This record gives sequence, C-alpha cells and structure tokens, in this order.
Amino acid sequence: MRYGMAIDTAKCVGCGDCVVACQTENNVPNGYCRDWVVENVNGSYPNVEIELRSERCNHCENSPCVRCCPTGASHIVKGGIIMVTHNECIGCGACIESCPYDARYSHPEGYVDKCTFCQHRLEKGQNTACVEVCPTTCLHFGDLEDPYSDVSLALKNRTWKVLAPEAGTKPQLFFLT
Amino acid sequence: MKEELFVSGRNIPNIDPFLNIWHWEIPVYLYLGGISAGIMFFAGLFTVLGKEKEMPTTVKWSTFLVPVALVLGLFALFLDLKHQLFFWRLYTTIRIESPMSWGAWTLMFITPLSMVWAASYIKELIPGWKWKLGILDTIEDLVIKTRKPLAWAMMALAIVLGVYTGILLSAFNARPLWNTSILGPLFLVSGLSTGLAAIIWMSKSHFERTVLTKIDIVLIGVELFLIIHLFMGFLAGSAVKIEAAELFLGGEFTTAFWGFVVILGLIIPVILEILELIGFKIPIWIPSILVLIGGLIFRFIMVEAGQITRFLY
Repeated sequence: MRYGMAIDTAKCVGCGDCVVACQTENNVPNGYCRDWVVENVNGSYPNVEIELRSERCNHCENSPCVRCCPTGASHIVKGGIIMVTHNECIGCGACIESCPYDARYSHPEGYVDKCTFCQHRLEKGQNTACVEVCPTTCLHFGDLEDPYSDVSLALKNRTWKVLAPEAGTKPQLFFLT
Repeated sequence: MKEELFVSGRNIPNIDPFLNIWHWEIPVYLYLGGISAGIMFFAGLFTVLGKEKEMPTTVKWSTFLVPVALVLGLFALFLDLKHQLFFWRLYTTIRIESPMSWGAWTLMFITPLSMVWAASYIKELIPGWKWKLGILDTIEDLVIKTRKPLAWAMMALAIVLGVYTGILLSAFNARPLWNTSILGPLFLVSGLSTGLAAIIWMSKSHFERTVLTKIDIVLIGVELFLIIHLFMGFLAGSAVKIEAAELFLGGEFTTAFWGFVVILGLIIPVILEILELIGFKIPIWIPSILVLIGGLIFRFIMVEAGQITRFLY
C-alpha cells in the first residue's frame, strides 16, 4: 500500500476550504497550517496563465526529514505516511531545514508538526479532511498501488507533474496539469 | 517573453517568516566545536609523537580551553532546541543516517575525554593542587598510564567532530548551498586551523610556534584549495547550485565572504605567517586573531546563506 494524492490544478479555484478543514480537523493553532494554496502566475498580458495548487507534505519515498531526524521522531508508517512523534521530537529543526517543500513548521509547543494525511481518519476508513470538503473535487486521495483507487484513476488519463523532482525525494503528491 | 510572479504565493504568517530556524546558536556551536577538534587533534598528535616536552602548550595548556568551549557550544545547541525538555531523546537511539545523531554521540564521548585530559595536567599547571576526592586521584593515575591510547582516541574523535560540523549542514539536500560533500573536509580543515591559531596565540616557545605555524600554512593552503573547489562544483552544478554560488559571486554575501573570510581570515594571515618564518618580526596574535575571527564569520555566513538557498518550483 502506498498512499498518494492527485491535485487537479485545472479544477482548483483556490477557495482555501482544504486549509480550513485541516486546521479544524487537526486543531492546528491560529496562524499555522499543514496545507496551503499557492497561486502561480506565468506570462504577461495577454498571454497569462494561472496555476492554483493545494500543497501539503509530499510524504516522499526518499524522505530527507526522516533521514536527518536525530531521534527517530520523524518516521514512516504503513502506506508511506510520514509521522512525527511529538514527545520524541527535540525541536532541533533538522527536518525543517531538510524539507524542499517547507511542509514542516515548529508548533508553538516546541515540537515539529506537519500533514499526516489524516492518518487517524484513514484508520477509521474515512478520507482525509481536505479531500472530504473540496467543493470542486479537485483532490484525489488513495492507494497508488490499487489501480482502481480514486488517485490512480485520476492519474490515469491525465498529464501530471511533481514538485522539485530534482530534489530526488520521490514525492507522492501529483499535480494534474 | 516569460515572466513569473507570485501573486499570493505562500504566505503563512506564523510559518514562512520563521523557516530560517537556525540563528546564532548553530554557527557559534560549529565554531567552538571546530576549535575544540583542532586543539584535541594536535594535542593527541604530539602526544602520540612523544613531543610533550617540546610542545607543552599544544599537549597540555591549550587543552584546558576544550572542555570550556565544548560545554559552551553544547549550551548554545541546547538553546537552539525548541522542545528542550526532550533533549535526552538524542541518547535513547542511534541513527546512523542522521549526522546530528552520531554528532550528539561523538560529543557524549569527546566532552568527558577532554575534561579528564585537561584535568590530568592540572597538577602541572597549578603546583600543589590536591583532589578533594580519592577517586579522582585514581582516575588521574589511570589517565596518565593510558595517555597514548587516549591520545589516539582523541585524534580519531576530533576528526569525527571536525567533519561532523560540516556534514551536519551538508546532509540537507533542501538547502543547495550546504548540500555538497566538500563541506565536511572544509569545516574540518577550518576547525583544525582555528584550533592551531588558538594554540599559537597561547604558546610562549619559539620552537613550538614555528612547528605549528608551518602546519597552519599548509592547512590554510588546503582550505583555500577546498573553497575554490566548492565554487567550481557549484558553478558546474544545477540551477539551484549556481544560484547558491551567486550569493557569493556578486550577491549579498560577496564582500563578507571574500573580504572577511578569504582575504582577512586566510590570505593575510598566511602571508604574515610566511613572513614570520622568513624572519620578520610580527606580533603572534595578529595572524591568530585574524584566523579565529575569519573562522567565526565563515560559519555565520555559511549557516545564514545556506538557509536562503532553496528549491524554487
């Protein structure tokens, strides 16, 4: 099993519902967030192109954050989800420095926090909070190894890209273009 | 024509301004760790070579600086932690892949070693010194008897510590400026050189200073060579590497790096040291202090600049 997410940049309207849903679901403190929307404008008038991307932790296969963590607080669980055990984290910042996507932040209580792909919801058979609320259904989550999962079907007939593939981290977030 | 501009980009008020999470604590620690590695390496080396008599400052007196520097460095590291009460988690596991983990373990061994090494010479430094506890006398005898093996251990650990101060940074592939394996040897050589500068400054014997100055000239030469290689590697690398190099080649760190680190911290001291060997009278503290300050600025610049460089997508 390998969890992954496909984000349809053509369908995303940048409403930010995924951000709010995550903050609510995971009790993220004010002013912080585990997912965010990037608005990227390319070109100049009249040939302008805009891309909206709902981004979060890429749950990389070759994850530098897990490699650099000195205590093993950052670790990989079933399905390739990268988790942080709060009471093993010393707040050294090594994982924040090692993440090419800046997906981690220092929680006001000291430990490092990030997207968990809503692992507590997956265990109950539910979908992640961000996917659940997306009004344009531009987020697709599921098992990449299952050819009939939502994410696999979304990737099947579309072109997609990953962010900063040159970082060599093998990210598991796929942006449909 | 292709322009790119972030209309909103990413702007998370409590995260984005604080992503450069490493401040003065890290360069200060890297600097103190480097000096400690330098002093311990040469103390070990000249003990193994049997030169305690000729090189008293190297083998004995300068080592009193090491425990102080290491403890201050470790304190700086501790201050840097955001979840300080859990710092002991470092010592519940060994993670070979994480430089920070084996660095923490190296420090666990080298700090007490530096303390007993310095303490075993305290009777020579302060005549009439008496240990209050009997057990300390026993430990002292043991250290004096096993001096040679301890010296070997100290040299090995000092090299690990020196390399670690560089590898700590180079393990982060998200920061292109740091992500080069040359940083390990570069920080080691720089640490050895700053350690030597501290010993030369303390030394009162002309013979000792001459020997150490000759070694320092070679080390500074190697350091300059490694710096050139660093930039050759960057400029021949991918876009993010070239961007990282440009911070130093016309970017905001150009003057600080080439002026303070390379010219004032390496080239001028090496010229002064050569002149001194030839026979010119040069106050010994001038090249030493230049090397010491240059080393500190070098670490501040590397830590600061490294955190600016990142993958743009």
